[in-house]
Amino acid sequence: MRPESEEELAALVAGARCPLRVIGGGTRPVGHPPEGAVLSAAGLSGVVTYEPGALTLVVRAGTPVADVEAVLAGENQRLAFEPMDHRALLGTAGVPTIGGVVAANVSGPRRVQAGACRDFLLGARFVDGAGRVLKSGGRVMKNVTGYDLVKLLAGSWGTLGVLSEISFKLQAIPEAEATVVRRGLSAAAGVAALSAALGSPFDVSGAAHAPAGVLADEALTLVRLEGMGPSVRYRAGRLAEAGGEIVEAGESADLWRRIRDVQPFAGRAGALWRVSVKPTDGPVLSERLAAAGLKHEALFDWGGGLVWLLVEERGDAGAAVIRAQVAASGGHARLERASAQTRARVPVFPPRPAPLAEIEAGIRARFDPRGIFNPGLMG
Amino acid sequence: MHIPPPRQSLLAGKAALAARLRSVLPDDAVIDDPHETRAYECDALTACHCPPLLAVLPASTAEVSAVLRICYEEGVPVVPRGSGTSLAGGALPTADSVVLGVARMNAVLEVDYANRFIRVEAGRTNLSVTGEVEADGFFYAPDPSSQLACAIAGNIAMNSGGAHCLKYGVTTNNLLGVTMVKADGEVVEIGGAHLDAPGLDLLGLICGSEGQLGVVTEATLRILHKPEGARPVLIGFDSNEVAGQCVSDIIRAGILPVAIEFMDRPCIEATEAFAHPGYPDCEALLIVEVEGSHAEIDAQLAVIKEIALRLDPVELRESRSAEESAKIWLGRKSAFGAMGQINDYMCLDGTIPVSQLPFVLKRIGEMSRDYGLGVGNVFHAGDGNMHPLILYDANKPGDLEKCEAFGADILKLCVEAGGCLTGEHGVGVEKRELMGAQFSSDDLEAQMSVKDVFDPDWLLNPAKVFPLALSAGRRSAA
Repeated sequence: MRPESEEELAALVAGARCPLRVIGGGTRPVGHPPEGAVLSAAGLSGVVTYEPGALTLVVRAGTPVADVEAVLAGENQRLAFEPMDHRALLGTAGVPTIGGVVAANVSGPRRVQAGACRDFLLGARFVDGAGRVLKSGGRVMKNVTGYDLVKLLAGSWGTLGVLSEISFKLQAIPEAEATVVRRGLSAAAGVAALSAALGSPFDVSGAAHAPAGVLADEALTLVRLEGMGPSVRYRAGRLAEAGGEIVEAGESADLWRRIRDVQPFAGRAGALWRVSVKPTDGPVLSERLAAAGLKHEALFDWGGGLVWLLVEERGDAGAAVIRAQVAASGGHARLERASAQTRARVPVFPPRPAPLAEIEAGIRARFDPRGIFNPGLMG
Repeated sequence: MHIPPPRQSLLAGKAALAARLRSVLPDDAVIDDPHETRAYECDALTACHCPPLLAVLPASTAEVSAVLRICYEEGVPVVPRGSGTSLAGGALPTADSVVLGVARMNAVLEVDYANRFIRVEAGRTNLSVTGEVEADGFFYAPDPSSQLACAIAGNIAMNSGGAHCLKYGVTTNNLLGVTMVKADGEVVEIGGAHLDAPGLDLLGLICGSEGQLGVVTEATLRILHKPEGARPVLIGFDSNEVAGQCVSDIIRAGILPVAIEFMDRPCIEATEAFAHPGYPDCEALLIVEVEGSHAEIDAQLAVIKEIALRLDPVELRESRSAEESAKIWLGRKSAFGAMGQINDYMCLDGTIPVSQLPFVLKRIGEMSRDYGLGVGNVFHAGDGNMHPLILYDANKPGDLEKCEAFGADILKLCVEAGGCLTGEHGVGVEKRELMGAQFSSDDLEAQMSVKDVFDPDWLLNPAKVFPLALSAGRRSAA
């Protein structure tokens, strides 16, 4: 099913007699594979309103991400949250859609400074499980009118509603970028350097650490600056006083594209975990997992707080030991990539404590009373 | 503003309820003397007032939980209150409700610079959060005008903004986690020092839910290092249209100032008379502040000046010192007080697309003449968040009603222009009955069904946000 309008989408959902596998471009098959007839939002495509002078874009949910980025680039603007492209990492083909980005709340390295996808959503229209067309928010920068259901939809992986239209707050593309690169630091020292940079007045827009062998033979600790040319040069210079060399423009952009898309672990065998912890807990987690006998490779983004873990895909793919360590420090771990058999055995999304699980189940029951949207995808 | 009539059974049970509450709280934390409960009869929407049945001042999450459990068992509505600075009546009680004030919970629990967060009890005031980390160069970004008094709990309930949110976002963009007590007394932990939600984004849902889903008792907030410097420039224009054009041109040029504030002639004249900031005699005035390193400030201001000069400003005044910066901000910061010197006023809070600024200001001017009530406009222009101040005389019969009708018309105009009823103050009781202008009944039903999940008996701040007729069935079912 591939509706071409919101009305058609609403009619299809209202008339559905079986579960629906809701997809955008189908390039992010994360979670338990849901049963059901495929409902693609890709037919709902195109820009509705773009006001560069107000930094706002209203776009239909099935619009390809590449089209959105091209339209924005024409006005020297962009999506500030730097959504990753999952295709290489997950071995998928197809056309990623903007609705898919929102449904999965996909954010890249700039999340540490600018915020996540959900922070740039001004409003949304969607169809709930009863086939009602609903809206929340609007297309203005500040809006506290009613509950913020848009946040609830972001990262709900199509389980609460099918997005039809989304409004974004945008960002101007800065004149320049540069990255301060330090070599050979341990993960703990690397993350300490990232904390120092992020805690400086220099407005860091990317902070990542790649241990030896991940991005290069040596460990690389990377700090990105963006803005007007003289300012970027000044700030990069100040941060490089602690050590490191400065790379600029295309070379810098290329580094961050590889980190954004977790390129070092694309095409590699093994299961992949996406872990979010307090930044300084990132390297501690890696050490403890090694001490517990879990062989892994790690890539640290978001100042150390986003840890990509590549592990051997055996047994529970490390789920028990990883989740125990994460629970001890606070945070959460999602099994981003694994075979269907492993995903059938291991909860992909982190199990929720009882009171929150009850609230989430209650919300699902209200928005999707028949349980037809991606049933079981989030566990 | 209509306040639902109290239930007689609850009024009759006052003494027994006070006794039960005293079994879990210290004596002085339960306020039942009618003279003392008067202190909780209103918030900053002073036109509406109604003393509550009781007020309680718990000092810990455990005490909040115990209070809510008792009220849940007794079926008593609870109105959470931060510092009572809501301009929308968010903390306005009903006569049969218990006001739960979080003011005694104001401790700093943890400060972590390496991970850039602070964890506080939710009764702590906004400005004192920054105060705690300022000496080390850090700050908490959301800065509502009431920041000296307003509590983090209220900021979270209303998703408060401020003058600097164009760059740093509003409360929801700076909130990492909460400890929250549900209506039945259950304590839940949501989020923490890490980023993103593991399941549904409940944190995003709770922020801005106006105290209707739970009582937040602790919060983990993102803190940032201050930039090396900040500097404002003041630009005067002889028309609102051109000033609006200037705002749009600055944004389009790729500059992201931390603040773009707009004042119109009535407001400029009132502040000039009141605080003497030395503003130019003009129709519209912009204060644009940029920050960063000194090189960055110079570069950004050069672009802004170039844009402004193309639009033939009446005056362009760049600050050259801290004193000059303070003087530029003086008028803006005293604008509300200045308007209050002229008369009573009602402060509105609609948001519009920036492109609609000239049209909406023109319409407000026309409506002002039709209603015979003066309006001053002072607002955050970069994000289209307007604050029309309607002047009226509270002692003149019928003036308040006329003012409310005028205000409703302005907010409907904001919605028609593609905007919304409230940008940062919240719906409360003030805009409750206007929600139908922005949302369909299905939209509102979906929102109310979310409250059903958290608070099935509709005990928390029940008579707010939704039109009374729409929420009546749910409220009376309790």
